[in-house]
Amino acid sequence: MSAPMSSAPVPVVNATRFRAAYEVEWYRLDEIVTRIEKKSVRVVDADDLLALPVLYRAALSSLSVARETSLDRELVAYLEQLCTRAYFQIYGAPGDSWRQIGAFFATGWPAAVASLWRETIVSVALMLLGALAAYMLVTNDPAWFYSIVPESLAQGRDPSASQEVLREVLYSGDGEGALATFATFLFTHNSQVALFAFALGFAFAVPTAFLMLYNGLMLGAFFAIYVPKGLGVALGGWLFIHGTTELFAIAIAGAAGFRIGLAVAFPGRMRRLDSAVAAGRTGGLAMAGVVVMLLAAGLLEGIGRQTVQSDALRYAIGGTILLGWLIYFYLPRPNRERTP
Amino acid sequence: MRSARQARSTRRHFVTPEGVDLGLDLAGAGDRAAAFLIDVVIILAILIGATILLGIMARAAGETAGSALMIIWLLGFFVLRNAWFTLFELSGRGATPGKRIVKLRVVARDGARLTGGAVFVRNAMREIEIFLPLTFLAMDARSSQVDALIVLLGVGWTFIFLFFPLLNRDRLRVGDMLAGTWVVRQVQRDLSEDLGRDTGERQRRVFPEATLELYGVYELQTLEDVLRRGSVDAVAVVADSIRTKAGLPDDGDDYGFLSDYYAALCARLERGAMLGRRREDKSTPVRS
Repeated sequence: MSAPMSSAPVPVVNATRFRAAYEVEWYRLDEIVTRIEKKSVRVVDADDLLALPVLYRAALSSLSVARETSLDRELVAYLEQLCTRAYFQIYGAPGDSWRQIGAFFATGWPAAVASLWRETIVSVALMLLGALAAYMLVTNDPAWFYSIVPESLAQGRDPSASQEVLREVLYSGDGEGALATFATFLFTHNSQVALFAFALGFAFAVPTAFLMLYNGLMLGAFFAIYVPKGLGVALGGWLFIHGTTELFAIAIAGAAGFRIGLAVAFPGRMRRLDSAVAAGRTGGLAMAGVVVMLLAAGLLEGIGRQTVQSDALRYAIGGTILLGWLIYFYLPRPNRERTP
Repeated sequence: MRSARQARSTRRHFVTPEGVDLGLDLAGAGDRAAAFLIDVVIILAILIGATILLGIMARAAGETAGSALMIIWLLGFFVLRNAWFTLFELSGRGATPGKRIVKLRVVARDGARLTGGAVFVRNAMREIEIFLPLTFLAMDARSSQVDALIVLLGVGWTFIFLFFPLLNRDRLRVGDMLAGTWVVRQVQRDLSEDLGRDTGERQRRVFPEATLELYGVYELQTLEDVLRRGSVDAVAVVADSIRTKAGLPDDGDDYGFLSDYYAALCARLERGAMLGRRREDKSTPVRS
């Protein structure tokens, strides 16, 4: 037997006919998607943008047909990757970033924070508890101060410090340049702490609770050395001007951490993973906002506090800002139901 | 044997709203580690470069401008550490430069749009997965007993989180788990040459029916791979074994013989499949 050359009609396989019929559409889709992937949607003109979903659906049906009728694996693989890439450009890619930012500030962030109100109360309560405990401990035995507040943070403000030294810290206006640097440092440091409080919530919320308590402990320890020297009100003002924003932000970070820890530990009727994802997304929105709040707190602390020296004004500014946050987060809005 | 390969595979069903299963390939742990390392190297390079540049500028500018430069450095470090991953993954590509090089993409597991909240969470969790253990490790273990214990805990912690993706079926990091995301392979390939196409340059061989009845779809697709790869040795070996099995003479043109045989076999199997007689491989009988 042999395999002679023949002039009989060559068998045309299905894949060949199929390619010939639709190749042009696939290549156009491929080209548009590649352009979007390389740069962005903006480089694609209106014609191509309108054609994109149509071409995508055509490619999808080509894929379905090819899977059923074609034995050419390469063809199926090509159509699969093409459809997947087009899918993510049409459905999966985040939308316009400016609109996203707008939606975040208008609804996403306040809705997320408002939905965390129970956890936020727990965070605040833990901080107050810590503050109260530290205040009593240090008042009874000043030695406690040293085990609560690390030396790098105290910087000479300890039970042995005189009234003058303590007062000096509250009202000193350092050099102009150093202030802004200090504010920036505080912002980045606090943001990192807040991110930890959030992320550690994953360990069933226990480390987050400790962080909140510890935050309160340090506050209480400071008050315990200032109040007996008659500087309680002054320290309050010094803290209030930025603290209402900063401590609120940290409380929200803790709340977001609690939400995740509780969702993982007690998923309720949901599957554990679904419950974690729901909590994670709410927490994530709240946390993105926390970073914004800490930026504001850093500016208030570095610039506002050193330039505003009057106690009354410090309380007024801090109080107004706190009121602003409360209204922004918790005041009911007509369209709240529509946000997830 | 082939079903065992499928069970271990990283392919996942992914049905579009149009009802077609696209099938996504999950990224392997090695690819993801490589992508992360590339990102870290880029970040470190930028950081070192910027630090040197700002240092030179600060020396030239003097005291007042120096603190402005310090602020730029602090904010720049913060943004690099925290926003690098988030901003890149929020852009249309859903991938950091490292992921783009390794050809990975972050995708929402439910197939919906990747939201800002999700991207933020998956990257905020990196804080405890990698950066927290790193700060533990940076502590001086020799300074005291307590610190040594903390370092030990840090190492344990790191291992739990580092190997977390290997401990679950979908290769999820803790951040992926909470954010509801997946990291998938994103290949971009061109449509390669059609093997069944008639080149018109030469006439095709014609094979007797009996020689085309030897093989099924599995062998056809293996043959497809051999032809596409085009290695001369492999082509010669395969052509030889087909000739021996079918009892055909050697005409000296291995590649031409194989591509003609491919086209003929493909056409025959397609015809069979259309009539409801699909033949999976050579050992199974025709399924009708």
